[in-house]
Amino acid sequence: MTWKDIWTLAEVKDGNLHEVSFELLAWGRTLADDRDCRLCSVVLSDEIADSELEHLFGYGADIIYVLKDPALAHFLVEPYARALVHLVQSYQPEVILAAATTTGRTLMPYVAVKVHAGLTADCTGLEIDLDTGNLLQTRPAIGGNIMATIKTPEARPQMATVRPKSARSLPFDADRTGEMVVVDPPNDLATDRMRFERFIPDATEEAAIEESDVIVSGGYGMQNLANFQWLARLAKVLDGSVGVSRAAVERGWKPYPRQIGLSGKTVAPKLYIACGISGAVQHLAGMQTSENIIAINLDSNAQIFQVADLGIVGDLFDVLPALVYKLEKQREAAPL
Amino acid sequence: MQIVVPIKQVPETDQVRMDPETGTMIRRGLSAIINPLDLYALETALQIKETRGASIIAISMGPRLAEKALREAIALGCDQGVLLTDGRFAGSDTWATAYTLAQAIRKLGPVDLVICGERATDGDTGQVGPGIASFLDLPLATYVDRLQGFEDGGLHIRRMVENGSEVVWTSLPAVLTVVKDIAHPRFPTLRQKLWAKQSEIKTWDMDDLDIDETNLGLNGSPTRVVKIEKSKLSRQGELIQAFTPEDIDRAADRIISYLHEHHFID
Repeated sequence: MTWKDIWTLAEVKDGNLHEVSFELLAWGRTLADDRDCRLCSVVLSDEIADSELEHLFGYGADIIYVLKDPALAHFLVEPYARALVHLVQSYQPEVILAAATTTGRTLMPYVAVKVHAGLTADCTGLEIDLDTGNLLQTRPAIGGNIMATIKTPEARPQMATVRPKSARSLPFDADRTGEMVVVDPPNDLATDRMRFERFIPDATEEAAIEESDVIVSGGYGMQNLANFQWLARLAKVLDGSVGVSRAAVERGWKPYPRQIGLSGKTVAPKLYIACGISGAVQHLAGMQTSENIIAINLDSNAQIFQVADLGIVGDLFDVLPALVYKLEKQREAAPL
Repeated sequence: MQIVVPIKQVPETDQVRMDPETGTMIRRGLSAIINPLDLYALETALQIKETRGASIIAISMGPRLAEKALREAIALGCDQGVLLTDGRFAGSDTWATAYTLAQAIRKLGPVDLVICGERATDGDTGQVGPGIASFLDLPLATYVDRLQGFEDGGLHIRRMVENGSEVVWTSLPAVLTVVKDIAHPRFPTLRQKLWAKQSEIKTWDMDDLDIDETNLGLNGSPTRVVKIEKSKLSRQGELIQAFTPEDIDRAADRIISYLHEHHFID
């Protein structure tokens, strides 16, 4: 048997597929077409309806491997890893892609060790070498200052994680169909070494920064917590969320889950607006691969301007209110 | 209780500036420090030691100079430092690194907890902690931001996930990777620093470990770096001064036109 096909790992919560499952199919579709092989979506869950699963066909999957077991009700690494290892050994994929979510970043390294596979984290580019089937995986390293291309010359499968939101899902095609393969779970899935107890949702209604297409970010230059109202208002008209630099977390203006940078989160939204952030290398590492970057800062020598597509040198508290009033006025005037 | 904390020595990047000509980090004068995110793992272990009693072993794989990181860990309150150093370890990717660390942890004897930082600030993969758990075949809890208490021969922990957090119970022994929210790292006292200077750092090479050489270093690493490029830092963006009321107004309009051009607003 040879290693073949491109796999993507779907994520399920409460019986529903997470958007990232479809984004992964967009990455995988290109690779599968180049390689002339099948694109397979793997679903591990306790319970999920066929009608929900079939969305994966519409977004590009040729095959769905679904393995259901009560032990997979919540993410616990051991049952999930056993299930995935079982699938890998049964069907031998050439490539497995997962999202760089807390689940993907936990499961993939655990499984890569068990199946002796190469794994590359947080890829921003993926290509397949048609002669060898080697996956060329490009990722930022050393705080985003270099781009490294990594391959796995011999070991199979080749495993990689990609950040959520790093690709758009393909347009949904309701007529697309495929083959659904229901896989019997191996009988040793359950673990008594770990148990899920409860989920506590974030108190805030703001979207998580890693799931936002638009991030409005504030740093030391914001001066105090009250000034963050401007960022919240700007984020609101742009349907984005608010992030912060380390300086702002250290002053207690926003909690750590909103910190962007080397010791916080790495984000790559479609639009990043940096307000009062000087652009220390640590911060740049967390956001410099954003598609569009706008920076507002008082200091014309601030490093943030080196990565900005549009830079405004001026007082934040002049520019932000002017901008926010104009945008809010436009939105009021525009019929929804 | 026996706790092992794997730590990594990384280049100090706190005061770094970028070279605007080349777009690279100016490394001049940078010293090596403990990976900042590992300090949270050390602090977590130290707090367990203070509240419940524990012996903490800090372990690091790297060049001989990484001994300095282990002395710092002892100065913070760790009981022992173990350095894994051998030319044959060089070039290890995360798979081979996790393998080597796991074999060393096995040699240390029964362990209750392995506590890792979330990731290293240089490699930035976050794969070694989970890899160690897999090699040791232990339960693993990642992104831990709080220990909720020991019970039933195990530990309730809270982990930070997308849009919230979840509480899980894990039996011991287990591997945890912790995030910054879990604790505030302490500073060593002068007396502890002096003590650390004199303490003995155990140094192991490949022959000290029960190791399959084909799993080691570059040869044992499934992945290969095939190309390294400077990432383009400079975007040659447009820069607008906004200090007079007219210019401020113009700057706001330019942002809005930019948002239009790129379809962020209608």
